[in-house]
Amino acid sequence: MNEQRKALLTPAIIKNAAIDSFKKLNPMSMIKNPVMFVVEAGTFVVLMMTIFPDYFEARGQFGFNLTVFLILLFTLLFANFAEALAEGRGKAQADTLKKSKGEMMANKIVGSGIKVVPSTELRKGDVVVVASGEWIPGDGEIVEGLASVDESAITGESAPVIKEAGGDFSSVTGGTRVVSDRIVVRITSDPGESFIDRMISLVEGAKRQKTPNELALNTLLTSLTLIFFIVIVTLPPIASYAGVDLEVPVLIALLVCLIPTTIGGLLSAIGIAGMDRVTQFNVIATSGKAVEAAGDINTMILDKTGTITYGNRMASAFIPVGDATESELAGWAAISSLLDETPEGRSVLEYMRNTGGQYSAELGEDAVFIPFQAETRMSGMDLVDGRKVRKGAVDSVKKWVTASGGTIPKDLEEKGNAIASKGGTPLAVAVDGRVYGLIYLKDTVKPGMRERFEQLRQMGIKTIMCTGDNPLTAATIALEAGVDDFIAESTPEDKIAVIRREQEQGKLVAMTGDGTNDAPALAQADVGLAMNSGTAAAKEAANMVDLDSDPSKLIEVVTIGKGLLMTRGALTTFSIANDIAKYFAIIPAMFMLAIPEMGVLNVMNLGSPASAILSALLFNAIIIPLLIPLAMRGVRYQPMSASKLLGRNMFLYGLGGVIVPFIGIKAIDMIVQLWV
Amino acid sequence: MGIVQIAIVLIVLILLVKPIGTYVYHVFSNKQNRSDAVFGPFENLLYKLIGLKSFAGMTWKAYALSVLLTNVVLVGIGYIVLRTQNLLPVNPSGIDGMEETLAFNTIISFVTNTNLQHYSGETGLSYFSQMAVIMMMMFTSAATGFSVAIAFIRGLTSRGTTIGNFFQDFVKAHTRIFIPAAVLVTLVLVALQVPQTLQSTINVTTLEGDTQSIAIGPVASLEAIKHIGTNGGGFFGANSSHPFENPSPLTNVIQILSMWLLPAALPYAYGLFSGNRKQGWVVFSAMMTLFLLFLTTVYIAETRGNPVINELGIDASQGSMEGKEVRFGIPQSALFTAVTTAATTGTVNNMHDTLTPIGGLVPLAEMMLNVVFGGKGVGIVNMLMYAILGVFLAGLMVGRTPEFLGRKIEPKEMKLIAIVILVHPLIILGPTAIAFLTELGQGSITNPGFHGITQVLYEFASSAANNGSGFEGLADNTPFWNIATGIVMLMGRYVSMIAMLAVAGSLAAKQWVPETIGTFRTDNGLFAGILIGTVLIIGALTFLPAVVLGPIAEQLTLR
Repeated sequence: MNEQRKALLTPAIIKNAAIDSFKKLNPMSMIKNPVMFVVEAGTFVVLMMTIFPDYFEARGQFGFNLTVFLILLFTLLFANFAEALAEGRGKAQADTLKKSKGEMMANKIVGSGIKVVPSTELRKGDVVVVASGEWIPGDGEIVEGLASVDESAITGESAPVIKEAGGDFSSVTGGTRVVSDRIVVRITSDPGESFIDRMISLVEGAKRQKTPNELALNTLLTSLTLIFFIVIVTLPPIASYAGVDLEVPVLIALLVCLIPTTIGGLLSAIGIAGMDRVTQFNVIATSGKAVEAAGDINTMILDKTGTITYGNRMASAFIPVGDATESELAGWAAISSLLDETPEGRSVLEYMRNTGGQYSAELGEDAVFIPFQAETRMSGMDLVDGRKVRKGAVDSVKKWVTASGGTIPKDLEEKGNAIASKGGTPLAVAVDGRVYGLIYLKDTVKPGMRERFEQLRQMGIKTIMCTGDNPLTAATIALEAGVDDFIAESTPEDKIAVIRREQEQGKLVAMTGDGTNDAPALAQADVGLAMNSGTAAAKEAANMVDLDSDPSKLIEVVTIGKGLLMTRGALTTFSIANDIAKYFAIIPAMFMLAIPEMGVLNVMNLGSPASAILSALLFNAIIIPLLIPLAMRGVRYQPMSASKLLGRNMFLYGLGGVIVPFIGIKAIDMIVQLWV
Repeated sequence: MGIVQIAIVLIVLILLVKPIGTYVYHVFSNKQNRSDAVFGPFENLLYKLIGLKSFAGMTWKAYALSVLLTNVVLVGIGYIVLRTQNLLPVNPSGIDGMEETLAFNTIISFVTNTNLQHYSGETGLSYFSQMAVIMMMMFTSAATGFSVAIAFIRGLTSRGTTIGNFFQDFVKAHTRIFIPAAVLVTLVLVALQVPQTLQSTINVTTLEGDTQSIAIGPVASLEAIKHIGTNGGGFFGANSSHPFENPSPLTNVIQILSMWLLPAALPYAYGLFSGNRKQGWVVFSAMMTLFLLFLTTVYIAETRGNPVINELGIDASQGSMEGKEVRFGIPQSALFTAVTTAATTGTVNNMHDTLTPIGGLVPLAEMMLNVVFGGKGVGIVNMLMYAILGVFLAGLMVGRTPEFLGRKIEPKEMKLIAIVILVHPLIILGPTAIAFLTELGQGSITNPGFHGITQVLYEFASSAANNGSGFEGLADNTPFWNIATGIVMLMGRYVSMIAMLAVAGSLAAKQWVPETIGTFRTDNGLFAGILIGTVLIIGALTFLPAVVLGPIAEQLTLR
C-alpha cells in the first residue's frame, strides 16, 4: 500500500462529493434506491405544505413543517454524500490513471521500417519498439529483448521491474515506462480495451453492477419500505375512528423513521468502498461479485513456491551416488546450470563460488540450453561434443536415463528420499546414461505463514498447497507450514481437477497463478488472483489482479471480502434494530394530544410531541453521516469462529442498534425541546 | 394452583413432542417403517381408487398446482352443496339454500382451515351440509396445510430436487394422522361424557313447568377434528365454552393438547428431516418463548382483572370472570385462549371480546404473528421463513453471504419472501382501514371507541391468519364482511403457500454448501434469540401503531 493512494480523501474530493449530493437529488437517479426515493417523495410533500400552507390548511404548522422538510432534505443529502464520497475516491484514482494513459506516440514497425503513430491507432497484433525513457503505448507481450519497466502508474511501486521476452514475465501494460534497454512489443489489445482502460472503468464504478447479495438485500429493504408504507397509509382512517387526527408531516416523519434509511442510504457506499478497499490494497477486482465470493471461500489453493516458501530453493550440498565423486557431481551440476536463470540454477553456481569448487566452464561454450518444462520437469545443456547434461526431478531424470539406456545407481532413491524427508528438494544430475548424484536444495517457509494458516482454519477455510515437489518433500513442507492438504508433483491439470472436485462438493475455491498454463484453473476458480507480473492470459482469466504480484495477498483479499459482507450485515442489523426506539419516540407523540394517557408509552420522557418527532427524525438523519466512516472503512474482520463472530457483532450492532437510538434521541430531544 | 394446572399441560406437551414428531417424520419420510403394515393396504386401495400410479416427486410448480386444483374442486362442490342444500337430502329441518355472499365466505372459511363462521350452524346448515362440507373440509384443509408444510421442510432439507408428491402426502396425512387421531380423541371425549348421537333435539320440561329444547348431536366427533385439524368451527354457537362441547377441565386439557400437539411436534419432525435435531429444538424453543410471553401476559391481565371494577370494591380474587366459565377459571381459560390463537384453531372456551384489553391483545398479537406454533403446517412454514429472514439479516455479520441449511439465500428467495411478509400486513391493515373509511364497515361495529378498533382488527387478523375465532360483537353477516373476509382468507392462505413452495423448490435445486467452522450456525441458542428478534421487529412492530390505537389505548383509558 502506498501513501499516494491513502491520501486520496482530499478536500477536493469532499467538495466534489458535496456538490454531487445535490445533483443526486434528481428523482430519476433517486428511483434506483427505493428507500431513499420514498424519503424524497415525502420531502417533496412536506415542502409543498410549507410553501402553500393555505392550500393544505397547514397555516399554523409552518415552523414545524419547515423543520421537518429541512431534516428530510438533509437525510437525503447525507445519503447522497456517502455514495458520492465513495465514488469520488474511485474517480480520483481513475483520474491518476487517465493522466498516465494520455496521448502518446508509438514506434510501430511497418515492413522493415519504423513509423511513428499515435497510440490510439494501434490495433491488436501491431508490433512496436519501445526504447529507454519511452512509454509503452498499449498492453502487449514482449517478443524481443529485456528491459526494466517502471510500473508505478498502476502498481504505485517505484522500483522498476524486469520484463523479458518469453516465459512468465513477458507481458507489459500500456501506460508504464521503459527505464532501461529496448524491447519489441506485440500489442494485444485494441484501444479502449486495455488493462488501464478496464481499471479506470472499474475504479470509477461506472459499470458497477449490484452483486446478488446486494440485490437480495435491496429486495428486502424495498419490501420493508412497502410494509411501513402500508402501515402509515392505513393509520389515519383507524386513528380518525378513535378521534385522533394525524397531520401529514407527522405521518411522513414516522414513515421515514421506520423505513431502513440508514442502510438504504449507505448500501451503495458500502459496496463501492469495499471495492475501493481492494483497490487500495493494490488488487484490482473485475467485479464486486468477485470480492463477495472471496468472503465465501471454503478452499484456498496456494502454490508452495513464492507463496508459502521463499521459493528460492538454494543448493546446500552435493550428494554423489553410485561411484561418482563429489567434485565430479559438482562439476556437472555447475555446467548444467551455466545458462539456467532460475533461482535454483543460479544457486548452484553461487554455491560453487562460495565453496571454491572447480569446474570446466569451457565445456558449456556454444552449448544449447534446454529450459525447464512443466512436462519434462528437467533442464540442462546439450554440449557441443554431443553429451547431454540434465538436472531435474529425480523421477524425471531416472526416466530420462533409463530411456537413454543407462542404469540407475542403487543409492539414488534412498538418498533422494533422505533429502526429501528433511524438507529439501533433491535435484538429480545426469550426463547421458549416468546419474552422478543429487543437488540438495533447501526451501524455507516464510515466517508467519503457520499462524496465517491457523487463522484460515479458524475462518473455516481449507488450504491446499500445490507443488511440483515429490510427495515426501511436499509432506515435509506441508507439515512445517501447517496447510491442511497438499498436491505433490502437481501439473496445471491437477489444479483444475482439485478445483472441480471441491466445487462439486459445493465449495468455493480461490487460487493464485501467473503463468499461461494457470489460466484455465484461474478461470475455473471462484476467485482467481493473477499476478500483475504474470502473462496476459493469466490476467485475462482471473477475476482479480494483484499489482504487487504477491500471491500471499489472497489471504487478505478473503479478509476484505468478509469485511465487506460484515459491514453490510452490521449496518442492516443496526438500521432495523433502531426502529424499536423510534416507535417509542413517535407513537406516543402522535397520539398524546388526543389520548393523554399515551404518555405512559413515552418511556424516554421526551419534551413534547413536536420535539419527540423532530428528535427521532434528526437522529435518523444524523446517524447516516456518523456511520459513513464505518461504511467506508468497513467492519474489521478478525479470524474467529462464526459463532463467536456473530455473538460479538450481534452484541455491537444488534444490541447497540437497539440501545443507541434511545440515548441519541433523548440527547437530541434535550436540546431540541429548548426551541420547541 | 393456577400455575400448576398450566405447568402440567406444558410438561405433557413437551414430553409428547418427541414421540409425535418422530411419528410424523416416519410417516412423511416415505422410508419403510412399521406403520406401513397397518395403513399400507388401506392406502393402496385409496391410491387405486383415485388412480394414483406414480409416486415420483413433484416439482414445486406441480405440487402447488395439485394443491390448488384439489382445493378448487373442493370449493366448487362445497359451494354448490351450500347453495342448494334445500334441494338435497338429509335436511329434516328444511333449511334454505345459503345466500351467495355467505356461501362464498363459508366455503372459503372452511377450505382455508379458517372456520370463521358468519352463519349459525343450527339454523344455517342442513345435516348434509354439516357432514359433506363442514366435517369433510375440516379434514382436507388440515391435510392440505400439513402436506404443504412437509413439502416445504423437504425442500429445505432434502438434497434432491423434489419436494414430494402431494397426492401421496395428502392421503397419508388423512390415513395415518388425522383419521386415527380423530377416532381416538372422539372415543376419549365420549368417555368423558361429550354427547355423540344422531338423536334429535331433546325437549324437556323444566322445574318451573316451561319446556326447553336442548340441542345435542354428534358433538364428540366434531370436537375431535375441530381441534386436531386446528379448525375451530364449533358444533354450538358457544363453541368450546358450551358444556356439551367441553364439559370438564379434563376435556378442556384434551382439547388444548389435541390442537397443540401436532403444530408443536412439527419443529421436531423438521429437525429429523434436517438430520440435526437441534435445528428443530431451536425453532421449537423460539416458538415456546414467544408463547410463554403471550401466555404470561394474558394470565396476569385476566388475573388482575379490570382495575376500574376492582376499585369499586367488587371481589376480584378470581380475576376477570366476565365471559369465562366457572369450571375452567382463569388458568384454563388463559391457556386455552393463548393456545387457540397460537395454533390458529379459533375455537374458544371463553369470549375473547370480554377479555381485559391487554388480555385481548394476546390472541390478536398471536394471529398477527402467525408463527407461534401456528395452524396445521402454517406455523412452521412461517417460522422457517422468519429463520431465513433472520439468517439473511444477521448472517452477513459472519462475513459470508447468507446460507440456511447449506443453501445460499439469493435474490429469488428474497423476492418470494418479500411477497409473504408484505401480504400479511396488507390484508390485515388494508381492509381494516377500508372498514373504517366506509359506512358498510363501520356500521357493523357494536362497541364504538378503541374496542371497536380491536373488533375490526381482530376480524381481519383472524381471517388473514386462518384462525377463525371471532372477537364477536361484530355484526358480520353482511355482504361487505362476507366478501372482505373471504378475500382476506384466500390471500392469507394461498399467497404464502405458493410463495413458500416456490422458495422450497428453489432451495431444493441449489447446490449444497458444506458446513465449516465459518458457517453461520442455526442450531444454537443465539440463533433462537435472533429468530425471536426477527419475528418481533419485522413481524410485530408492523402492527404496533394499529395495536396502540386498539387494545393499548383501551387499557390506558379504562375509567
